[in-house]
Amino acid sequence: MNPKKIFAACALSLAIAPASAMAERGSDGQVNIIYWQAPSIMNPYLSGGTKELEAASLVIEPLARYDQDGNLTPWLAESVPTVANGGVSEDLMSITWKLKSGLLWSDGSPVTSTDVKFSWEYCTAEGGGCSQAEKYLDITDVETPDETTVVVRFAIPKPFPYNPFVGAQAPIIQKAQFENCMGAKAPECTDQNFYPIGTGPFAVTEFRPNDVITLEANDNYRDPSKPAFAKVLFKGGGDANAAARSVLETGEFDYAWNLQLAPDVLASMEAAGKGKVISAFGTSVERIMINFTDIDPALGDERGTIAHPHPFLTDINVRKALSMAIDRVLLTEIGYGPAGIPTCNVLPAPAIYASTANDACLTQDIAGANEILENAGWVKGADGVRAKDGVRLSILYQTSTNAVRQDYQALIKQWWSEIGVETELRNINASVFFGSDPGSPDTFQKFFADVEMYTNNFDGTDPESYMANWQCDQRPRPETQWQGNNMPRYCNDEYDKLSMSMASVGGLEERAAIARQLNDMLMQDYAMLPLTHRGRVAAHSNRLGGVVMNTWDSELWNVADWTRIE
Amino acid sequence: MLTYTIRRLVLSIPTLLFISLGIFLLLELAPGDPMAQVPLTVPPEVKERMREALGLGEPTHVRFWKWLVQFFWIEPQVFIDHVLGTGFSEGKLRIISWQHRSPVMDVVVQRLPQTLWVVGTAYVVGVLIALPIGIYSAYRQYSIFDQAGTFITMIGYSIPPFFTGPLVIVVFSVQLGWFPFIYDTTHQVTDWDSFIVQLKQMIMPVMVLALQTTAQISRFMRASMLDNLNQDYVRTARAKGLSEAVVVMVHVLRNSMIPVVTVIALGMPAIFGGAIITEQVFSVNGIGAQLIGAIQANDLPTVHTITFIFAVLIVFANLTADILYGLLDPRIRYE
Amino acid sequence: MNETRAPQASSPSRSQWAEIWHQFKMHRGALLGAIIFVLIIGTVFIGPLLWTIDATYIDIRARNQSPGWTHPFGTDQLGRDTLARMMVGGQTSIAVGLTAMLLALSLGSVIGVLAGFFRRLDGPLMRLTDLFLSLPLLPLLLVMVLLFRESLSSIFGPESGIFILIVVAIGITSWMPTARIVRGDVLALKEREFVLAARSIGTTNLGLISRHILPNVLSPIMVSATLGIANAIITESALSFLGLGFPPDFPTWGRLLIDATVYLQDYPERVFWPGLAISLTVLSVNYLGDGLRDALDPRIRGR
Repeated sequence: MNPKKIFAACALSLAIAPASAMAERGSDGQVNIIYWQAPSIMNPYLSGGTKELEAASLVIEPLARYDQDGNLTPWLAESVPTVANGGVSEDLMSITWKLKSGLLWSDGSPVTSTDVKFSWEYCTAEGGGCSQAEKYLDITDVETPDETTVVVRFAIPKPFPYNPFVGAQAPIIQKAQFENCMGAKAPECTDQNFYPIGTGPFAVTEFRPNDVITLEANDNYRDPSKPAFAKVLFKGGGDANAAARSVLETGEFDYAWNLQLAPDVLASMEAAGKGKVISAFGTSVERIMINFTDIDPALGDERGTIAHPHPFLTDINVRKALSMAIDRVLLTEIGYGPAGIPTCNVLPAPAIYASTANDACLTQDIAGANEILENAGWVKGADGVRAKDGVRLSILYQTSTNAVRQDYQALIKQWWSEIGVETELRNINASVFFGSDPGSPDTFQKFFADVEMYTNNFDGTDPESYMANWQCDQRPRPETQWQGNNMPRYCNDEYDKLSMSMASVGGLEERAAIARQLNDMLMQDYAMLPLTHRGRVAAHSNRLGGVVMNTWDSELWNVADWTRIE
Repeated sequence: MLTYTIRRLVLSIPTLLFISLGIFLLLELAPGDPMAQVPLTVPPEVKERMREALGLGEPTHVRFWKWLVQFFWIEPQVFIDHVLGTGFSEGKLRIISWQHRSPVMDVVVQRLPQTLWVVGTAYVVGVLIALPIGIYSAYRQYSIFDQAGTFITMIGYSIPPFFTGPLVIVVFSVQLGWFPFIYDTTHQVTDWDSFIVQLKQMIMPVMVLALQTTAQISRFMRASMLDNLNQDYVRTARAKGLSEAVVVMVHVLRNSMIPVVTVIALGMPAIFGGAIITEQVFSVNGIGAQLIGAIQANDLPTVHTITFIFAVLIVFANLTADILYGLLDPRIRYE
Repeated sequence: MNETRAPQASSPSRSQWAEIWHQFKMHRGALLGAIIFVLIIGTVFIGPLLWTIDATYIDIRARNQSPGWTHPFGTDQLGRDTLARMMVGGQTSIAVGLTAMLLALSLGSVIGVLAGFFRRLDGPLMRLTDLFLSLPLLPLLLVMVLLFRESLSSIFGPESGIFILIVVAIGITSWMPTARIVRGDVLALKEREFVLAARSIGTTNLGLISRHILPNVLSPIMVSATLGIANAIITESALSFLGLGFPPDFPTWGRLLIDATVYLQDYPERVFWPGLAISLTVLSVNYLGDGLRDALDPRIRGR
């Protein structure tokens, strides 16, 4: 894996942002943004969906954000507290934030520390079903010694105390507005959820769920010269193809989000000359998960549990051969083009966490894979499929419905057939596959297939909870209603211990070393086969300036700086 | 006839209740999870709490009963309040969507304009084109007009909107630059100029949708006319010396309308249901888009409510068709 | 028609069929439709024996090729041969289209005739139709896949299992319009003079339906049939596209059309082939149906 490439991509996105002349607020008219999946609510605490987070980020803001390189940048706070500047206590049990002075809500009232405290209370209230509750985990209290100071106290030492009030997931909401919307009443507050009062550059004028949002510049925004646009039209609906076309070919819109299209299609649209395709890389990795358990339907209730090991995928030679047979470079080129980087790590970024120990997998080696299987006693039968002791290497390979994934499946099936592995493909409707309905056999958590493919990532830049996904007790099983993130049902004592040790290690270098080691353990056990490090792709019109693509936070994080270029 | 109509109307109440139960049970049984679209970064425990907040923990019959009360008791009150400015519904819990947490009916009302503008117009245009084509094709069977009509309508019908949509976009928006293809739902028609803008943004989706309607209805019209043109009564009418126009447009047409009325009636509720694919291609965001979005997000209250309104329209459209049969052909008797 | 043929009619049914065939032959459109339809079926089922490139074989160096000698129809984005995929895809599409259409048609006709003819069945059957018209399609299909996929696959094998599932799914979700149309026609027909006459000479219900009612509702049924095939082919592709149908590497015409739509501007020939194939099939069935109806209609016959 080449971390330089990530920096190159980030640098590229930086270069696109010109230092435009200081404009007057509202002087540039209207900006049209299209999200082909339309936001349904403006309150990220009640949705958790990316589209809602991003729409809401125009209006409500956190204390600090991640910038395009993944560095924490103060937003509503004056600075980012650290142990060095005394903002984080030595014992890592508390963090003290200081609000910028003179902050106003869009209704003109002042922003105070009680609003910050309220945001925590709102999300942790009983019965509210707050989707960002994880961000406020282990907080014992939030103190407000004065109007602008907030002290967050944790129950345990937090080496990474930047979850609460940081990033698009955990913004500050106004106490006065949401006071009566706590807990079970949260969903009933339609007006509040559609028209939140915020500190951001824009305020909602009309919200139509899953259709269109219109916003206007916030009169009380802290920088008097921003935003340059007076109005935002935030349109939803359609598909990625139409969204890309409306920016790149007809110029009806200025910015389009999440354009997961075949690279040659995007390239030919870009050739029309009306806009640019931009991409940047976060932590998303398209990977194949290997199932370590037997999924024979005859096992009944014990199907897919560790009581019954998989008949052949428990043989590391088989897993290794499957990995070696895949040409990740070609896959990525066909499926993602410049928006993907072939990878051998499930933890590819930020750069400090990326291991280089597994890069050999980037070269396809069919002959080598055949040799490994041959040596391990898997012999080709008359039908060209390898078998040992009556067990045939026949794989059911499932994923969600998506054009790129189906191309991946077809290619991988062919490569696996060249090493004597038979593959049956299955694609499942995304709403069923990613749903956790315990009644459905087709969820990615039940994993009633031999291998499955999907993308996962983590919020922010700290991989501790992400790497904890593969601890043994995280495995989905009947007792947990098949909830859990350890899809392969990977169980390794050593891994569990190392992963848990991360909670008590503070230094960034040390944490990075542990994370890399965890990644290498998973890779060298071939518990999963990472394929492509995926970037986020967006497009903006040539007439729109100031766009800086950011995958660590909302893509619209710097919308206040956007301008019209004529 | 009147007693028949009244009996059918009364009977439609248990029918609809039964249909509503059928829909509800189907949705219960269907695999899916309202949390499927929440990113994988949100941990399972949090998702579980979000599900509880949606009321998913309650038993099935309780939820069905709640829905019935909300739909048949509270929503009508809201409507009355809205019309008369009264306050019957204050503080009562309406049918709330799981996606956007606001009343489902509000969004339905919000989306009616674009649905009626686009899908409704397309249907009317489609029917108005289809009837003359069908009649003339049958009257001049195997003429060039008939052959061309058959050819075009059948090709039109075999090529689905997921293809014709992008095709007209590429031709008219990208190449020629005549029409916008992202439908602006916030556009208000206030004067002639804004009406022209509205017309421009409607024309492509209407074209795509009308093609399907035209193909279907003109085929049925033609076939039915052909059946009747050779009947004895036509010969009798001609022998009586009636003009050809009267024979065809009055006698034959009236007797040929039964299957056509059925097809048109079947299509009427679909106007409300919207046109899922076409709406998506042009980002119209009508009720069709709302329904499919809700199905994908497993937003059961929305799906249940919209499909049920749809069912009500189906039942009444079919009732209307049955009554029309009697008017078209007095020999048809209902008791 | 009025010629003195009666003496030879020792086996009247045979001569009637001969008459129908004679009439059918005279119908140019019908004959042309039949020829094209047979040609399509022949190409699709015999073609792969002659054109031996595997439809799923990926030749990555040959991707996105325009039509040429090695690949007469060109290749797709993974370098699979379009001609081979069209032929293999046609087998599935035609099989699904025909069987699903036949299922929907027979269900619809039976229910429509029963409801129209027997007054007591009318209410219940038409309310059932209303119910089926109201059920949302996608959840219904999800439920069917959930309940029956595993058991069907284990009984008939994965591919035939899914085939049956898809055909049944399309069949039971598209019979309702046919039923409503047929019922409407039957309601009017059964009050006509010739039916009353037949009834008065003691014809049984079964006889009435098969000899007098059915032949007279044939034309709307034929139209439903042609529209039904197009519908079934497209619906199949939508199902597979959603992951409710055939495995993703299994080509069908509808699927090829969906996949190619994205490449509409860059490789227009890719949408052309499946679009042409579906249209030709539907057109040929349409003309076939026209000819068949004319041939079966004694009033038109011999005109």
